[in-house]
Amino acid sequence: MTLGEHAPVFVVLLPLTAALLCLLASRLHRELGGWLVQLSLFGSFLASLDITRTVLRDGGQTLHYWMGDWSPPIGIEFAVDPLNCAVLCTITFIALVVSFYSVPFLSEEDWMHYGGYYTLYALLTVGLCGMVITGDIFNMYVYLEVMSLAGYGLIALGGKKSMLAAFRYLLVGTIGASAYLLGVGYVYALTGSLHIPDIAVRIQPFIHTPLFAFAVACFLVAFGIKMALFPLHGWQPDAYTYAHPGAAGFISGCMSKVPAYAMLRFFFFMFGIHNTVMQALLDVLGIMGICGILIGSLMALAQYDFRRMLAYSSVAQLGYIAVGMAMGNMYGFIGAVLHLINHAFMKCCLFLIIGGITYRFGEVNLYRIGGLNKKMTVSTVAVCFAVLSMVGIPPTCGFFSKWYLMLGAYEGHQYIYIGILVISSLLNAIYYFRIIEQMFVQREASLTEIHKPDSKFGLPMNMVLPIGITGLSIMVLGIYSMDIVTRVIKLGLPEVFLR
Amino acid sequence: MKQPFGGILLNLAFRILVPFTLVYSVYILILGESSPGGGFQAGVVMGFGIVLARLVMGEDSTLFNMRLRTSLIGAGVGTFIYTVTGWLTLAGGGKFLDYGFLPFFRNGPLHELHGLGILLIETGVTVCVMMTILNIMDAVVRRSEDDGSAE
Repeated sequence: MTLGEHAPVFVVLLPLTAALLCLLASRLHRELGGWLVQLSLFGSFLASLDITRTVLRDGGQTLHYWMGDWSPPIGIEFAVDPLNCAVLCTITFIALVVSFYSVPFLSEEDWMHYGGYYTLYALLTVGLCGMVITGDIFNMYVYLEVMSLAGYGLIALGGKKSMLAAFRYLLVGTIGASAYLLGVGYVYALTGSLHIPDIAVRIQPFIHTPLFAFAVACFLVAFGIKMALFPLHGWQPDAYTYAHPGAAGFISGCMSKVPAYAMLRFFFFMFGIHNTVMQALLDVLGIMGICGILIGSLMALAQYDFRRMLAYSSVAQLGYIAVGMAMGNMYGFIGAVLHLINHAFMKCCLFLIIGGITYRFGEVNLYRIGGLNKKMTVSTVAVCFAVLSMVGIPPTCGFFSKWYLMLGAYEGHQYIYIGILVISSLLNAIYYFRIIEQMFVQREASLTEIHKPDSKFGLPMNMVLPIGITGLSIMVLGIYSMDIVTRVIKLGLPEVFLR
Repeated sequence: MKQPFGGILLNLAFRILVPFTLVYSVYILILGESSPGGGFQAGVVMGFGIVLARLVMGEDSTLFNMRLRTSLIGAGVGTFIYTVTGWLTLAGGGKFLDYGFLPFFRNGPLHELHGLGILLIETGVTVCVMMTILNIMDAVVRRSEDDGSAE
């Protein structure tokens, strides 16, 4: 077998190996563990690019990798289709970029905290990537837990207030994971299988039973908690606000998107949407999404802490994804997937910038960053891209996902969604343009520098580059979004839209 | 263990219980491939043996006295043994964790190789579980050094 055939397993195996050896390496030399993890994340990114190349070369054929050569449904398999490729590349890319960004935040830590940070970071990547590509729902539970535990650790590393936030997330997240396990148990009781395509066939006789409805409700609660869907989002603002500033970009960018993606896979690929239970569920999801969009936006409007505003904005953006799923047609689905990828980049970029401001000035107040355009050039340019994209102005990527969501609402004659999207875009504009106004128009705030800049960009180079790269990728994703949709996402549409 | 260190009861308990527990854990580990038992149970019993030794001999004994950071690293290395088994099967030309492709004893029967693979991963699990138990005990009794590892 060639190296390329093992690429699906390398995506997960490389960061896992690095995570296990990271503490030992950091014991030998403090920064060795970090380098090891960064190298492994680079390998993981290359592996996901290689998978993407293979899958697209074969015209969107799903790539299967059987663990220990045990054939499914008995064995565990990694299955990669074009949708998985897109999400996988997003996660590994952001993980790689943010892993360099974290270094300055750790400069004063001892070897144990340095190694421990990168161990958790690599494990978080393992959990996220594993959840995306696994084809077995119990295996997904394991990855969900790996992701959550690493996430709790990284959030708790943020400082004093973060302990409480992490503990709260731990309690709520455990309920979510238990609900997921309960759902898996019911599905297994009904079908006797844990393999996603196998369940999709075997569940058909049971789709009108109450047990099926209960299992689906369990999955809705579980993924709803993990992705911070509106009434279940209580843990999220605190957790994002107080997370370790070095990892906040990765946590906020990817950790809520992957459960949303898992929900999408469960509902569209496994259960199918053309039955009464799922139709009712999509209605519920739509209402949750609408409430999330409105309340998330309104709450974001009321915040003066930059990070907290972004966290509430995430609640609203996850509402978009839920609404896209709830439309239940092809354009809504494409919009949801596209927004999932785009929002990962936008939110990551914004959190990296506020991390940079905190690193240099120790300031998180939205109204105290006046005149920042003269001090941190790259960051302000990136902020402009991210803000325009959040509001949805072409050619940034945020416009295109909203466009597909609107197309979906139009095609499904669900005009209320169009109204909600317009209102929320206006709210977005109000609370995001505040930032631009503060940075460019307001007079210079008197800020005390904690860390003096050693380059002319105002931040260390390994912080400036990630900010610039994520900011630029927002534009690139926008320009190439047509290609992403037609060449990648449309190849991976679920069967329900193809009939 | 030449000199007695406690009363007769403590000495006796230590000399009988601890070696027995440690040997028994290895027994569980090796038998785990074909019967009830396995890495997790072996790790728990082995960890219990060491905890017992510490309880009997007291805080300041140097025997089995593992520092917090060593046990943290050990837990990682234990799981790494598991991962190495996967890497070895990849190197042998098979899929991940396909024990038939382990790069040694290639002439032997296939089920022997499978047994060997399972023994390898269970050794890893044993080390990891044992170290984690010591770690938890250390965290609970706060037996940390001044390296800032436990706050």
